[in-house]
Amino acid sequence: MSEHILEAHYLTKQEAQIPREDWFEASETLQHLRKNKKFPTIWCSGCGLGVIMGALIRAIDHLGLEKDQVALVAGIGCTARMPVYMDFNTLHTTHGRALAFATGLKIARPDMKVIAIMGDGDALAIGGNHFIHAARRNIGITALVVNNSIYGMTGGQYSPTTPVGMRATTAPYGNVEPPFPICDLAIAAGASYVARSTAFHALELDKYLSEAIANEGFSLVEAVSYCHTTYGRINKLGTAAEMMRSLKDNSVPKSSFDKLSPDEQQANTKIVRGVLQKKNRPEYTQIYDLLVQQQTHQEEIRLRNVGRH
Amino acid sequence: MACPMNCQVEEDPAYNKEVSLSVKLMQGNEAIALGAIAAGCRFYAGYPITPSTEVAEVMARELPKVGGKFIQMEDEIASMAAIIGGRVGGLKSMTATSGPGFSLMQENLGYAAMAEIPCVVVNVQRLGPSTGQPTAASQGDVMQARWGTHGDHPIIALSPISVAQSFDLTVKAFNLSEKYRTPVILLTDEIIGHMREPIELPDFRTVEKYEQAVTEPPETYKPYSNQTDVPPMAAFGRGYRYHITGLFHDEVGFPTQRLDEVEPWLERVNGKFERNTDDILLYQADYQPGARKAVLSYGASARTARHAVKQLRARGEKVNLFTAYTIWPFPEKAVEELADLVEQIIIAEMNLGQLALEVERVAGRRKVKRVTRANGEMITPDMVVAAAEA
Repeated sequence: MSEHILEAHYLTKQEAQIPREDWFEASETLQHLRKNKKFPTIWCSGCGLGVIMGALIRAIDHLGLEKDQVALVAGIGCTARMPVYMDFNTLHTTHGRALAFATGLKIARPDMKVIAIMGDGDALAIGGNHFIHAARRNIGITALVVNNSIYGMTGGQYSPTTPVGMRATTAPYGNVEPPFPICDLAIAAGASYVARSTAFHALELDKYLSEAIANEGFSLVEAVSYCHTTYGRINKLGTAAEMMRSLKDNSVPKSSFDKLSPDEQQANTKIVRGVLQKKNRPEYTQIYDLLVQQQTHQEEIRLRNVGRH
Repeated sequence: MACPMNCQVEEDPAYNKEVSLSVKLMQGNEAIALGAIAAGCRFYAGYPITPSTEVAEVMARELPKVGGKFIQMEDEIASMAAIIGGRVGGLKSMTATSGPGFSLMQENLGYAAMAEIPCVVVNVQRLGPSTGQPTAASQGDVMQARWGTHGDHPIIALSPISVAQSFDLTVKAFNLSEKYRTPVILLTDEIIGHMREPIELPDFRTVEKYEQAVTEPPETYKPYSNQTDVPPMAAFGRGYRYHITGLFHDEVGFPTQRLDEVEPWLERVNGKFERNTDDILLYQADYQPGARKAVLSYGASARTARHAVKQLRARGEKVNLFTAYTIWPFPEKAVEELADLVEQIIIAEMNLGQLALEVERVAGRRKVKRVTRANGEMITPDMVVAAAEA
């Protein structure tokens, strides 16, 4: 299954022969990148973020959304640099606040698809409060949280998702804090769509991201990734390719996980990939817009009574 | 028109048409909320805090009636972020808070200054520092309004002295924020915010509203063009796909560290008010020929100052009265002119000397006498009179 997914990403012979300058026109992925933005990205070579960006673009493309209809909002960190490369309405905000900015934007433009792109530190440490409240409101925002268990941009400090015992520059003797289970947190707070996959399972991510964006309420997609230049180096986890492979070896589809006995499930240490929540809940801006319609109507009548209309 | 919620509101023939017109008695905070709606504000995000909460309460009640949106966010950081997001989405936006909340808003306030997103932040000042005295008045956030966020940045702060002016300056705050693409702080205080005065509300349809007009087509649009003082801002989702960031950016909004791109931006953004001071600086100069002393004040203390000057003049003394409505940028030319006219400027403010630092910078320290109070009580006219007589 996994090999099959990886294979799908190899360029076909035909694609490989397209001259570099024509790539933008030839590839549906590249058509969503900004032509006037300088590439390559700021990300280290071998980083999983490029793969995840590809998945996001394919998800948007799959849904047939107009570029003007889509807004990408990001906080601060390696992951938060993603929107600048993509040809949508892009808002690169302050650390941890992507969901709060996105909330204002979604309220102003309920018709737009608003996607908040965050890392684990951005979304769950400094932005943890906004994360649970956006989920509680079930506001129509898709949160894409790229979880690499570390603060990469600042050089490898432990984050709210660093596993116990793993090292970081600020946990030189091993991390003593238990990590947040991101998806469980979102489900408990009220998110109406929650799914998890990894940077290795790119096409699976495409699918979950399309479903998340199509969902009217608050969606969370946790994309498990890795940071080979900080976390991997400090914890001696090998090269980018080796870390990428470990995402494959150390993850299990939810369908397989569900077949395990309760004891086996309890003992499972692998990343469970799949759709973890799908629930119909009223979406915030739709409810509020109904309230506005009702109040504008009553005001209309009041103004008629006082002779203003 | 049928209501989608199936509400049963009927026209009431007995409704008194005279009631809604004419003069009303209301608080400064209520006047701010109505001024915002009159100015075209259609999005409010806030967090409850004394003594500003009435602004949120009126907005929650009134905004939906005019098709606007209200949200109570999880904290003040989120409130500030949300109003920037709302304005990026095309709605004129406002938040209101007081000391502790204003401190929390500082980072995103700097973002709005950096990314040039128009928005209005009301700070109903209370006594600080820290939790201080939530129900006591103060003017202790004057310097925070100017320098609270990190880094050099442009900012406008207006300070009303009455309920009627709370309405007018809120409208002005919105128009300035739109015209100069900047956050504008309405720096009011607990006294003006909670005081009730009569106010004659205008017909909101006739209130002047500044609207951004983007004329460039998307292909050539530069959201941060340095060719003009204030390039117009396109809202998201209208064909202008561009990048907004808090990083130093080039003319199209992409992050840059190149000096040839950073420096023209710095020059334009930090100079955009200087080149338009006539429009931005609001103050009242009530001068008497031959006066050797002047009283300068703003906000609630300006009411005390007026009273004191009235008393002094009644005794036959000649005194100049300067009331600043625009606090930031500081009206330095006007104060310089005042300093040339008189031997002494008495500044009255409810803090330990904040705007006094600016007056001293412009007029010279020896020419300035401070009347300050930061214990939650108002400055009395006697204190000002005593200072003038000393």
